[in-house]
Amino acid sequence: MQQIDLARSAFLFLPLFLLGLLILPGRAALRIIAALVLAALIGWGLPQMLDRGTLTYLVSFSTMAGIYAILSLGLNSQWGLAGHVNFGVAGFFAVGAFTSALFTTTMPEGALAAYSQQAFGLQWPFLGGVIMAGILAAIVGFFISIPVLRLRTDFLAIATLGIAEVIRFIFQNERWLANGPQPMRGIPRPLDCLFKDPACSWLPPGAAEFLEPLSPRDYVFFYLIVVSLILAVVFIALERISRSPWGRMLRAVRDEENSASMNGKNVFWRRIESFVVGCFIMGVGGAVYAHYVVSIDYSHFNPLFATFIIWVMLMLGGSGNNKGAILGAFAVWGVWSGAAFMIDIASPALQLISDDLPTRGAYLRWMLVALLLGVIVLYRPQGILSERKKVSDFMTDDDEPQ
Amino acid sequence: MSDKSNAKPPVLEVRDLVKNFGGIRAIDGCSLSVQEGTITGLIGPNGAGKTTLFNLITGYFAPDSGRVFTDGEDITSLPPHGVFHRGICRTFQIPREHGTMTVLENLMLVTPGQIGEQFWNCWLRPGAVRAQEREIQDQAMEVLDFISLTHLAHEYAGRLSGGQKKLLELGRILMAKPRLVLLDEPAAGVNRTLMNKLAENIEKLRRERGITFLLIEHDMDMVMELCDPVIVMSEGRRLMEGHPEEVRNDPVVLEAYLGGQYGAA
Repeated sequence: MQQIDLARSAFLFLPLFLLGLLILPGRAALRIIAALVLAALIGWGLPQMLDRGTLTYLVSFSTMAGIYAILSLGLNSQWGLAGHVNFGVAGFFAVGAFTSALFTTTMPEGALAAYSQQAFGLQWPFLGGVIMAGILAAIVGFFISIPVLRLRTDFLAIATLGIAEVIRFIFQNERWLANGPQPMRGIPRPLDCLFKDPACSWLPPGAAEFLEPLSPRDYVFFYLIVVSLILAVVFIALERISRSPWGRMLRAVRDEENSASMNGKNVFWRRIESFVVGCFIMGVGGAVYAHYVVSIDYSHFNPLFATFIIWVMLMLGGSGNNKGAILGAFAVWGVWSGAAFMIDIASPALQLISDDLPTRGAYLRWMLVALLLGVIVLYRPQGILSERKKVSDFMTDDDEPQ
Repeated sequence: MSDKSNAKPPVLEVRDLVKNFGGIRAIDGCSLSVQEGTITGLIGPNGAGKTTLFNLITGYFAPDSGRVFTDGEDITSLPPHGVFHRGICRTFQIPREHGTMTVLENLMLVTPGQIGEQFWNCWLRPGAVRAQEREIQDQAMEVLDFISLTHLAHEYAGRLSGGQKKLLELGRILMAKPRLVLLDEPAAGVNRTLMNKLAENIEKLRRERGITFLLIEHDMDMVMELCDPVIVMSEGRRLMEGHPEEVRNDPVVLEAYLGGQYGAA
């Protein structure tokens, strides 16, 4: 095994371990051991089985799916737990992405300032940017929710869809804010010096030597760790509060609002809370996205890519189930990415039908996603993993199997 | 109802309440009061405004004019959950259970002021939340025993039969520990046996826990047996009030119930 493959294996260990913890059944101690062993085995085996290009592709695929999983968890806290039809995911996603970009980039100076404008650039560290992204998206969500959450169902959907478009157009038109129609570039990647030559100066010589063969192209291996850690924190935090008396209240509000309020629950505030928690998570997702793609502009946050695909993910995985939200993100992103290959392969056949069909093949993917949505709604409306019966995990365990 | 000498204000007092829905005056200057420790019946022909009155008392609708007091305290402008926290609880004519939750958690939901209802407490004080959950769960199991639904504790509430849902509504009231309960047709769609059991439970709760009841009911047998006094409503107003026998034999009441037909004839 060459050193480069070994180094790449090392980076795969933590994400695989977290994945193992998530999907393996059984008692906690046993799960940890099993996950450790499996992660070591698979992490060591993958670089042997796949060629380097394929593995890099797989890792960047997982990174993107992980980012979508964060967004999907955010939507679950709104739609799954409380029944908010938020068609404005893209808006909070955008607020998070641009906020983190503004807080972590450097203010352009000199000649560059003529081409690239932004309101401020504070050079904060990555995590600071992520947290500010969450907070700002939550604040925006809070102020939006007060008027908008008076609406329900399809009316709420229309209002949030409109608001997301307003947010997108603000970023498109306000040049001073985040470079308007031009992309905002140079969003720093956390610890990208690990993959540079020479590597970060604070690194012990042994570690630097170990990372030596990796090039900046392999950065995504490290970013997958960042994404999986943030995803894990979001998942655990959300799982905690959704399987609690708070989550029980939200489910009650979702099922039968009048009855919940007659039983003394402040429905108005509970609905806002769940909306704001979801916005915070979406903001975090936006930040993680921005630092991954490095350069963002308004066009990334269109309703198709940044709202509806996330809805399909959540509905496929299972609304109201946090594990389902993650599963759905990986499954739909898999279909989406896999379809691109399929269309490539099928392009000679497509050419026979019509000359310009292969060039328009990309649109066929949307048709696939739409078909998938139709199939879910018709045949498995609860999603792959259905919502668990028991809400509160704080209750004493009794004989009832889940 | 006659002993006005009692200085204590009534547990519920409704004063000159008016509510219009478009051109229809559903409640037309209704005034009535409910004394502590009674099971007060509220009867009247369909469309008399009984359920609307409940909706106004519990803050579901805001009245156009008039006031609602509990123990002399004005609760007119409170939202439904605020009215609940003043010790007033209600059931619905058609049970409104939380269908995708278990029967047990439907009950556990009701307990007011749970620590875990603040989501940050689930992160910061998990021990306290867990301890309280255990307490609430024990209470809920007791209540389930009282309403004889223990065997369905872990069943989805949406899967219960109509009568069982009625019992569940009663169970939720027990969890709330209210002072005044508004029951909207507790016996509608319930068989005789269950109805007798409901009546028995209501009487028992009044006797043992001092809960006051105001109940809308169309089943006259139940009203005559259980309620004293009985208030008769008609066309959005209080028509009369008295002991069950007085009400039964009052020509004005008969007129209100049957007046439509007789008047036209």
